[in-house]
Amino acid sequence: MNLLTLDLSAIDWARAQFALTAIYHWLFVPLTLGLGLIMSIMETKYYRTGDAFWRKTTQFWQRLFGINFAMGIATGIILEFEFGTNWSNYSWFVGDIFGAPLAIEGIVAFFMESTFVAVMYFGWEKVSRSFHLASTWLTWLGATISAWWILVANSWMQYPVGCEFNPDTMRNEMTSFADVALSPFAIDKFCHTAISSWIVGAVFVVAVSGWYLLKRREAEREMALKSIRIAAIVGLIASVLAGATGHKSAQTVAAVQPMKLAAMEALYDGGTAQGLKIVEGIEVPYALSFMATNDFNGFVPGINDILKGYTRADGTVEPSAQEKMERGRAALASLAAYRKAKAEGADDTTVNCQLSIINSNMPYFGYGFIKDEAELVPPVAVNFWAFRVMVGFGGLFILFFAVILFFDWRKKRPTPNPSREGGELLPITGEVGRGAFPAWLLWLSIALVPCAYICSESGWLVAEFGRQPWTIQDMLPVGASVSDIGSSAVATTFWLFLALFTTMLAVEINIMLKQIKRGTE
Amino acid sequence: MSYEFLQHYWCFVVALLGAILVFLLFVQGANSVAGSLGYTEQGRRLIYNSTGRKWEFTFTTLVTFGGAFFASYPLFYSTSFGGAYWLWMLILFTFVLQAVSYEFQNKLGNFLGPKTFQFFLTLNGILGPLLLGGAVATFFEGSNFIVEKGNLIGLPSLTGGVGGGSLVISHWANASHGLDALLNPWVLVLGFAVVFLARTLGILYIMNNVDDEDIRSRGSVRLIGAAVPFVILFVAYLVHLLLKDGYAYDPATGVIFMEPYKYLHNLLDMWYLLVILLIGVLLVLYGIYSGIRGKSVNCKSSNCQIRAIWPAGIGTVLTVLALLLCSAWNNTAYYPSTADLQSSLTMQNSCSSEFTLRTMFYVSLLVPFVLAYIIYAWRAIDRKKLTREELESSSHTY
Repeated sequence: MNLLTLDLSAIDWARAQFALTAIYHWLFVPLTLGLGLIMSIMETKYYRTGDAFWRKTTQFWQRLFGINFAMGIATGIILEFEFGTNWSNYSWFVGDIFGAPLAIEGIVAFFMESTFVAVMYFGWEKVSRSFHLASTWLTWLGATISAWWILVANSWMQYPVGCEFNPDTMRNEMTSFADVALSPFAIDKFCHTAISSWIVGAVFVVAVSGWYLLKRREAEREMALKSIRIAAIVGLIASVLAGATGHKSAQTVAAVQPMKLAAMEALYDGGTAQGLKIVEGIEVPYALSFMATNDFNGFVPGINDILKGYTRADGTVEPSAQEKMERGRAALASLAAYRKAKAEGADDTTVNCQLSIINSNMPYFGYGFIKDEAELVPPVAVNFWAFRVMVGFGGLFILFFAVILFFDWRKKRPTPNPSREGGELLPITGEVGRGAFPAWLLWLSIALVPCAYICSESGWLVAEFGRQPWTIQDMLPVGASVSDIGSSAVATTFWLFLALFTTMLAVEINIMLKQIKRGTE
Repeated sequence: MSYEFLQHYWCFVVALLGAILVFLLFVQGANSVAGSLGYTEQGRRLIYNSTGRKWEFTFTTLVTFGGAFFASYPLFYSTSFGGAYWLWMLILFTFVLQAVSYEFQNKLGNFLGPKTFQFFLTLNGILGPLLLGGAVATFFEGSNFIVEKGNLIGLPSLTGGVGGGSLVISHWANASHGLDALLNPWVLVLGFAVVFLARTLGILYIMNNVDDEDIRSRGSVRLIGAAVPFVILFVAYLVHLLLKDGYAYDPATGVIFMEPYKYLHNLLDMWYLLVILLIGVLLVLYGIYSGIRGKSVNCKSSNCQIRAIWPAGIGTVLTVLALLLCSAWNNTAYYPSTADLQSSLTMQNSCSSEFTLRTMFYVSLLVPFVLAYIIYAWRAIDRKKLTREELESSSHTY
């Protein structure tokens, strides 16, 4: 692959196009989930108090929500159809399982979102306050349910469960919907992803509000101060929960995708009592073992261990990559023999013999397509740094929201006022129009907006780069999943979508900035 | 529930979603005539704000249609989307443009200008229905593909090479990847019929949803320009369909063969589809008639003109539903291959497993509940028709 001359194969272009679409889509989804929650809380305050201030505040944030929401929809439609356009083999091989969550997402979530978002925008004067409040919450709930089902689908690709291979139809078929829909991998992934999206929304609200305070915008001052409080509470809770769910996700990854964990840590030779690297050369002793196994002395396999084969803590032996590849090829060869025997009307003994070989080697089916064991190692540098960026910013956000809430709490705390005779107790309020928030903190909040997005995208980089070369873990590599489309066709659509999405992103950011500058008027 | 019942049931669900999608293309149709129907800048804004409250239903139905097809007939998803690449990419491209156009067009900070996004809406309004109509026509006219499931275990994989095309199950048999469909005149006839149908429905919807006498009076005139070509093109295609050879399937052997007058036979064998088709066509014609005349035999006020979208819309759903079911039921190959007849897709050889179809059947029981809240919310929003005054006072406009 020559990046300079862009001499990429159809597989690389298909991956690049899917990555492009997913990365762009994920710029907008976290803000939808996070800002949706915060503005729903604000409207609930309006519903409970009847205070017009909260209605105005909710409407302001809903305007920003709408600008972002449109881009989320535009980028989202491509993703669903790209499974068919770019990954046609994949679509047949696992469509029996994978299609169901996508269909349910459409029926249950998309219609809820699209119905109630219209009421949310246009229903202020047309429906009752309670109906409008319900619509706002249901818009957010629809977006969250949508995230649930697409993450169920994604998790199944990382940890395929609830299915079995049917050699007659040449595909995997679902055997347990509950196993697919309630897979522990899916639950961990959903909790971590949805909650981390609230952080993006919270950082966004604090930053926009902080800008009003820095600019001493009197008309938006009260809205900014109250928005910061709500967003910081949501942000702090979300940051702590994201840490906890992240820890749980890491343990699931360690159990079912050890190569991904090894790549995340750039761990080539594993062992017990492994330390967690902060950067190369600096590590926290025992932390990796604890993160992966909940045991400070737990065994964590490295990349070389996984390639050579190792013994798990429970005594089971994990075969070497070479053995898995041989068994995968045996499964493919037996499958060919099985189909030939069936077509020629061979006796049951012959057919069942081949079937038995297929079934015993099926856990390594995908390895049959692998030519060189080096293909089994995902891009280590990307995983290593993306993981550190994600965890680093995640930790920073806990501190950031705690500091914001500290200053917000101090603002309300009575304190001696030395300028008044007798040291009369007065609240510290509004010095130079910023509430009690120091300017550096407000500038920091603005600087953290791109960091929140980088943090969120880094999470996806870890999840998706870490599972390479698999489209479906151990079952189907990307090379066997792709459509029969020439690289020039996919390259053309890649550049078209890159130009389109980038232009639209530029328009969106400009509109968003103008809308923020315009304020609540 | 037998496997056969579930295959027919899911075919019905997908066909119904497709039929509703064609009805909801009134959004595209109205946008494609917004310039002449709205006439002034404010008139155009009224139209965009009216369709802007419905466009997400069209979009969502398109996505759900795709999702339901994926879940129930994954081999179609794999073959059509992976093969007719350019056709589907063009459709998606125009819908992406539409998705941002409403929100962005009149916002401060839109450095591309409102005209750019209005052009995108017009482009989607013409190309969207044309290409979707063309895609539907391929269910009858056929497409140029070959399916060979054994490719996945082909020689390159057994010798250790991760190959490209040789491992792929579904191949397009020419290099145009779906654009070849547009060279078939009958595909274009149905495609343009859908364009003019969408315009017809769009004008009727605007006459219903926008309380503006100027637009309504212009609408009844513009309706003639949309409805006449629609009726001519639709009747031409229907006659062609009834007279053409169709792709039949022998359930005993699995062999696919050409059968003269297959679709005519299907309608005669499934008389209930013929009845639905006739009722649908009559309702569409009645809706058009009411929209043009303003008054009808049983209606003494202009209310019939305003309500004409309902018979026309329901008629559209019934007509498209009957035609789509005619393409798949009664042992018919619904996605025929012109490159290799035996590669043609039928309900039986392309559907999901019985377990998945049954699971999805239970999920589909939620659909009436979804429809109920859509109708409830839609009525709440549309109780009062859109006016110029509302546009001035509303907190959220496009």
